[in-house]
Amino acid sequence: MIKEFVCISCPRGCNLKVDTETLKVEGNSCPRGEAYGKAEVTNPVRTITSTVKIKGAESPRVSVRTDKPISKQLMFKVMEELDKVELKAPCKVGDIVIKGIFGTDVNIVVTKEMKGV
Amino acid sequence: MNFLNVDLLIIGGGPAGLAAAYGAYNAGIRDILIVERDHRLGGILNQCIHNGFGLHRFKEELTGPEYAQRYIDMLKDTSVKVVSDSMVLDLSADRVATIMSSKEGLRKIQGKAVVLAMGCRERSRGAISIPGDRVAGVYTAGAAQKYCNIDGYLVGKRVVILGSGDIGLIMARRMTLEGAKVLADVELMPYSNGLNRNIAQCLNDFDIPLYLSHTVTDIIADEDNKRVKKVVISKVDENRRPIPGSEVEFECDTLLLSVGLIPENELSTKAGVILDKRTRGPLVKDNLETSVEGIFACGNVLQVHDLVDNVSAEGERAGLGAANFINNGEVKGDLVEAVPGEGVSYLCPQLITKEGEYVDLFFRVRTPTSNCKIVAKVGDKVVRSIPKIKVIPSEMESIRIKKADLLDKKVVVQLEAK
Ligand SMILES: Cc1cc2nc3c(=O)[nH]c(=O)nc-3n(C[C@H](O)[C@H](O)[C@H](O)COP(=O)(O)OP(=O)(O)OC[C@H]3O[C@@H](n4cnc5c(N)ncnc54)[C@H](O)[C@@H]3O)c2cc1C
Ligand code: SF4
Repeated sequence: MIKEFVCISCPRGCNLKVDTETLKVEGNSCPRGEAYGKAEVTNPVRTITSTVKIKGAESPRVSVRTDKPISKQLMFKVMEELDKVELKAPCKVGDIVIKGIFGTDVNIVVTKEMKGV
Repeated sequence: MNFLNVDLLIIGGGPAGLAAAYGAYNAGIRDILIVERDHRLGGILNQCIHNGFGLHRFKEELTGPEYAQRYIDMLKDTSVKVVSDSMVLDLSADRVATIMSSKEGLRKIQGKAVVLAMGCRERSRGAISIPGDRVAGVYTAGAAQKYCNIDGYLVGKRVVILGSGDIGLIMARRMTLEGAKVLADVELMPYSNGLNRNIAQCLNDFDIPLYLSHTVTDIIADEDNKRVKKVVISKVDENRRPIPGSEVEFECDTLLLSVGLIPENELSTKAGVILDKRTRGPLVKDNLETSVEGIFACGNVLQVHDLVDNVSAEGERAGLGAANFINNGEVKGDLVEAVPGEGVSYLCPQLITKEGEYVDLFFRVRTPTSNCKIVAKVGDKVVRSIPKIKVIPSEMESIRIKKADLLDKKVVVQLEAK
């Protein structure tokens, strides 16, 4: 079966056609699109960005992300885990908040420097 | 009142201002001051916590705050100074800024050159006049983004979004992930104004319906007349007029508006800077100097950008332009006009100097068009033609033209069938 997707790997947004049996990808303008198309029919993944609580900083939240894309099915479960986290200022870009979430190789990292107040 | 002199004064510490400082510093200017009204540098990037920034500039997909941090770090070991929590209240044509800050009080700072980098603001309900009850629960998407990502609270639980610009799309996903139900994204035009990737990853991933050629025709208040209770949408005809009988109602507590951005040019106007009716930003030469000598502009205050990478590149060019002005004075010689033709809604810069070998003209097309070409003409002569499979208004385009081809005549950029 041929499935259609919009590649989300860059702002260009190429229209992809992926054969679910042979995993052949068409419509991509670069290799990243091919990888994305294959993943969409095998194990779709997304980068998740959100915030967690932080104490002692200028504002009550600090932004975080998954350092790699993670299985799309885990999106809401990741959000639940993030609800339980509370950091303390200071922190800087790249600090690990959760290492290997749900036993994957994906870490949750800080994306904003927060000085203590 | 305190009076200070600097070589380069930059108003606004968002990506445009930061890049202008970087560009001017690399061109040899050392006495640079950035004035920022917020507590931290980075501008709107601080609330754009999603990824999607910097693929061009850093060959990596960063979140907004990470992108800002890169530029802050690039300026770290330089002589560039920053005053934050300081608002520029006034600017004069001789480049004196009046600045208010809680720490230092009121003071005046004069720059040998000034870069305007104040960004833009969102269009509000008033600016597009939506009918219905005047109640709480109507927010611009950017305001909702700030409440959510900086202050940590969600503006509502059941949400309708008007407008399909990227900020609205990003907020549809953000609020869904935080537990809200986004019922619909409603777009007046027959096409979306956001990137296709954002329709895919922000709406389709969460089965949020996109209503094209629809608009909000009523906002209904709850019993206490306090908060939104219902939003009514209607289909529109080809003249964008609502079609009676096509109404659909949504029970919701929140309406988000993502209906466009307007360059923030109150200060520019005070300094006597002439604005372009089309971009609503300053009229500039290709060195990004405005109509007032020594005052330059870049970023969203000049033209509304969709990609921060373009903002940074423009900022660096403005910094370079300002550095050249400080070192060598005003660029001499006649200017050539750049004029938008058929299918093109604006051109920026609007004026071209003789300095340098080529000029990049930035613009947007009026409507989505397939199988066309972008053509630059000097008189009857085509000096550049770029074939395009598809162009859309939400993506900024550019065309590079050799200055030698201009021959002191105006250049027209237009869209033609292939
Ligand atoms: C809500 C929103 C979401 C966006 N999302 C994306 C996205 O996902 N991806 C993308 O690539 N682009 C996005 N953009 C585009 C974004 O506008 C640009 O990428 C970029 O942030 C514009 O940079 P700027 O420096 O021109 O403006 P801004 O980032 O707005 O910075 C302007 C700065 O000037 C300061 N300022 C203004 N007036 C004064 C004054 N009088 N005195 C002192 N300081 C002042 C402000 O406080 C601010 O810090 C988004 C824009 C908005 C508005
Ligand atoms: S295929 Fe390549 S060029 Fe096209 S959207 Fe994906 S990453 Fe971008």
